[in-house]
Amino acid sequence: MSDHHWQAVGRLDDIPLRGARCVKMGEITIAVFRTADNRVFALEDRCPHRNGPLSQGIVHDACVTCPLHNWVISLETGLAQGADEGAVRTFPLKRDGERILIDLTRAMVMAVEE
Amino acid sequence: MRKKLVVVGAGMASGRMLEHLFEDGTDAFDVTLFGAEPRGNYNRIMLSPVLAGEKCYEDIITHDAEWYAAHDVACRFGETVTRIDRKAKVVFSRAGETPYDKLVLATGSAPFIIPVAGRDLPGVRAFRDLDDVEAMIAAAEKPGARAVVIGGGLLGLEAAAALRSRGMEVVVLHLMGHLMERQLDPAAGYLLQKELEGRGIKVHCKAQTKAILGDGRAEAVLLEDGTVYPADLVVMAVGIRPETRIAVDAGLYVERGIVVDDQMVTSDPDILAIGECVEHERICYGLVAPLYDMAKVAAATLREKAATFRPVETATQLKVTGVNLYSAGDFADGDDREEIVLRDAAAGIYKRLVLKDNRILGAVLYGDTADGAWFFDLLKKGADISDQRDTLIFGQAYQGGGRLDSTAAVAALPDEAEICGCNGVCKGKITGAITEKGLTTLEAVRAHTKASASCGTCTGLVEQLMKLTLGDAYNPAAITPVCGCTDLGHDEVRRLIRAKRLKTIPAVMQELEWKTSCGCAKCRPALNYYLVCEWPDEYADDYQSRFVNERVHANIQKDGTYSVVPRMWGGVTSAKELRAIADVVEKFDIPMVKVTGGQRIDMLGVKKEDLPAVWAELGKAGFVSGHAYAKGLRTVKTCVGSEWCRFGTQDSTGLGIRIEKFMWGSWTPAKVKMAVSGCPRNCAEATCKDVGVICVDSGYEIHFAGAAGLDIKGTEKLGLVRTEDEALEVIVALVQMYREQARYLERIYKWAKRIGYDEIRRQVLEDKARRKEYYDRFVFSQKFAQVDPWSERATGKDRHEFEPMAELSLEAAE
Ligand code: SRM
Ligand SMILES: Cc1cc2nc3c(=O)[nH]c(=O)nc-3n(C[C@H](O)[C@H](O)[C@H](O)COP(=O)(O)OP(=O)(O)OC[C@H]3O[C@@H](n4cnc5c(N)ncnc54)[C@H](O)[C@@H]3O)c2cc1C
Ligand code: SF4
Ligand code: FES
Repeated sequence: MSDHHWQAVGRLDDIPLRGARCVKMGEITIAVFRTADNRVFALEDRCPHRNGPLSQGIVHDACVTCPLHNWVISLETGLAQGADEGAVRTFPLKRDGERILIDLTRAMVMAVEE
Repeated sequence: MRKKLVVVGAGMASGRMLEHLFEDGTDAFDVTLFGAEPRGNYNRIMLSPVLAGEKCYEDIITHDAEWYAAHDVACRFGETVTRIDRKAKVVFSRAGETPYDKLVLATGSAPFIIPVAGRDLPGVRAFRDLDDVEAMIAAAEKPGARAVVIGGGLLGLEAAAALRSRGMEVVVLHLMGHLMERQLDPAAGYLLQKELEGRGIKVHCKAQTKAILGDGRAEAVLLEDGTVYPADLVVMAVGIRPETRIAVDAGLYVERGIVVDDQMVTSDPDILAIGECVEHERICYGLVAPLYDMAKVAAATLREKAATFRPVETATQLKVTGVNLYSAGDFADGDDREEIVLRDAAAGIYKRLVLKDNRILGAVLYGDTADGAWFFDLLKKGADISDQRDTLIFGQAYQGGGRLDSTAAVAALPDEAEICGCNGVCKGKITGAITEKGLTTLEAVRAHTKASASCGTCTGLVEQLMKLTLGDAYNPAAITPVCGCTDLGHDEVRRLIRAKRLKTIPAVMQELEWKTSCGCAKCRPALNYYLVCEWPDEYADDYQSRFVNERVHANIQKDGTYSVVPRMWGGVTSAKELRAIADVVEKFDIPMVKVTGGQRIDMLGVKKEDLPAVWAELGKAGFVSGHAYAKGLRTVKTCVGSEWCRFGTQDSTGLGIRIEKFMWGSWTPAKVKMAVSGCPRNCAEATCKDVGVICVDSGYEIHFAGAAGLDIKGTEKLGLVRTEDEALEVIVALVQMYREQARYLERIYKWAKRIGYDEIRRQVLEDKARRKEYYDRFVFSQKFAQVDPWSERATGKDRHEFEPMAELSLEAAE
């Protein structure tokens, strides 16, 4: 098995600015976020608080506010901000022009574990 | 050259001392502040509300990086001072030596850990600092997690209540026969125990812990009597011990605490000590009020000013939301003592005063603690109460004959009555600061006087004082900023959007100097609403600034599915509609169908991908979105009215439907719910709605500003109109006035209270020209708002919302 499993999941334009789209892989959902300044991040679509779908939250700066109880999660680190504690799994992501690729190595391990 | 001041411990006492030290603007010292915790000074008392989820850490920071920078304090957080060399006048820490001219020890106390087997297992925590709180919160996250709290004192019970409110199973183990035996007598302890048990907390008194069991981490607690309580988390809250280790090692005079004189100086003239680590006249303190006094005295001593610390009486309150408990002084029984007790079992009230020679020695109040400050004041003054003996226990309001209301009672307090126990602030100081410094907000009063800035239990009293002093000029919501991204309040933002003709969110943020690059989840939805309302024809709604429900036009549920509530105009439906709903439910396997409290039907548990197809099917039967998710018009409930009912005076059903059809689709600051009842029997419950109509023989009685959610409030009467047309016009004008003026998320009843009912009456009922203008503006904005969002989406709009970007199979990925 190689170290990376880069997989194209879509194009930049598929995601609204300050928004997110989901990538489904079996039981796992990965949320791909696009910030106001066109940076893209991939996180598991599951809030560390009570599994809220982060992809549905409001994106501001490099953070998303969870739609269920307003935890703020950093897209860069996956860490809950402020007094809240918890982390979301992040996935390596790279851009090839407009194309977005995600390294699925971790997701595959997760899928096997589940 | 400035002298070097080293402070060890960044806790509550040292933070306060530094404030006093910098008070007069002279900076006589180069200050270095060591703190073992990896953060600066914060309000430790408030860890309980943080644990309960009522506050977050940011809320309780007392000194931030900016403050330290402004006062040139060298911060060494996360660095423990391990040794003092008194000869060389240096302290040692990980980073090496730091020299001092004056040293202040403010090391607080260490939680006492009972020496039983298993005490070192992971999962056993004290309750002392933020790390403890964070570890407890993490433990509570696990579904079904169980906690055992050892210690039924103030701290243990606050922890237990907070953990319970986070959903944990909680057992409190207490060594003594009743809870909080140091502050409470057995009767009050019993009431408290009952209250906690009512919340699902198990209390085990006379519990002697034998061991903490577990393999690699805490799993259970074993008692001497053989009882075993399973536990994922064990909280030890059995007491504290002054943290004196470095003082002992340095050869300072230490008994139970570091011994100081009245100037807070230890046995070494260059070393002072303050806070819980201190022993003064054989007493060690564990509450902040005396520690703040020490801080003040120490600051004076450092500045070579005269000041003296004197022992103080302390009063305690339990900070558990919904439990009122106050105790002060000494209330042990004794032959020379008398007591006055008041019990009202039905109201859950218990009050006990312990008297000696007609003076109050101690007070315990449970259930109703409003008079705590008053009793404590009498106690501290040693006032002779023989004259008021008969009515004393009923409290201040009963003194001097008639019963006063609570504001009058506060007004009657003498100037020297203590309002804030933590900070020892009396009434006169607060009212004085309000008038002299022109303070108008609670925050400003806190900043200037410290009143209610620590444990916060006196906030209500302080607000009453502000009300008394400022009268109507006191507006508690005066300048609360929209959010952390700006200093402007909602009203200023709205005004500026209008005045500067700002028409996009980036324009608002640019022009009004937002502090973040693209706002946050609080301000963006507010701005989006203000712009929609202000420029209905020109503004392009920013869906990415809407909360998910309004973006996808359905209500998100806890498992990420959605609910779908179609409009059922005025609560009326038909066989065709019901059939269509039944078909959709079966076709899409919708797990739950429910009749709502708003006279319509809710389909719950719809998968997000299915939403457009569900809407398409419903649309075929003529259904449109019910906006059950919107800050907008929700339902208009009706009763059967004159068409069927033997009491009906007008066609309430018809009017309700007419209003709903006229107003649906409009966005409002918060949700708007209405109802029309056909006669004063009021079957449609119109008098607890945002807007309600009661039909009467002579016309339509319009009501507004009711609430039946978080608050319950009957409506105010706006007035009577003769015709249905007029009723509609008035209601529309009222809602438009609300749309234009209210702050985002402010329901009509809150807005109306702020603006004044009479003012609203004047503008939408009496001033007919004005009414018409509001009406016309509403009608104009409806041209752009009355588009059914469901049919748009059923035909492809925002498809990206409902479809995943990609669906990968695992095999393909490999
Ligand atoms: C479905 C329903 C309960 C039911 O099964 O009957 C309901 C369900 C919800 N209510 Fe309600 N409320 C429902 C009638 C009410 C009523 C009764 C009424 O309208 O006559 C009230 C009290 C009246 C009032 O609003 O003053 C009510 C007061 C609340 C409140 C408190 C509002 C307040 O300002 O005090 C909330 C919380 C909020 O809006 O922030 C709330 C919030 C909610 C939310 C939206 C919670 C949420 O944010 O997810 C629930 C959405 C469920 C869903 O997904 O469908 N619901 N809710 C009712 C829908 C009525 C409808 O047909 O649209
Ligand atoms: C959960 C909780 C609720 C409370 N509620 C109330 C209440 O409602 N009312 C009330 O009056 N009181 C309350 N208290 C008590 C109050 O918080 C304490 O009395 C107060 O914080 C003591 O202040 P201090 O400065 O002496 O010590 P602390 O605030 O404990 O500060 C001491 C600091 O020194 C640090 N330190 C210790 N040794 C070293 C070293 N060698 N080097 C560097 N740093 C060191 C410690 O890490 C700590 O941060 C409560 C306490 C807790 C924990
Ligand atoms: S409100 Fe009056 S008219 Fe309407 S149903 Fe009730 S009793 Fe009948
Ligand atoms: S699930 Fe995300 S904040 Fe609660």
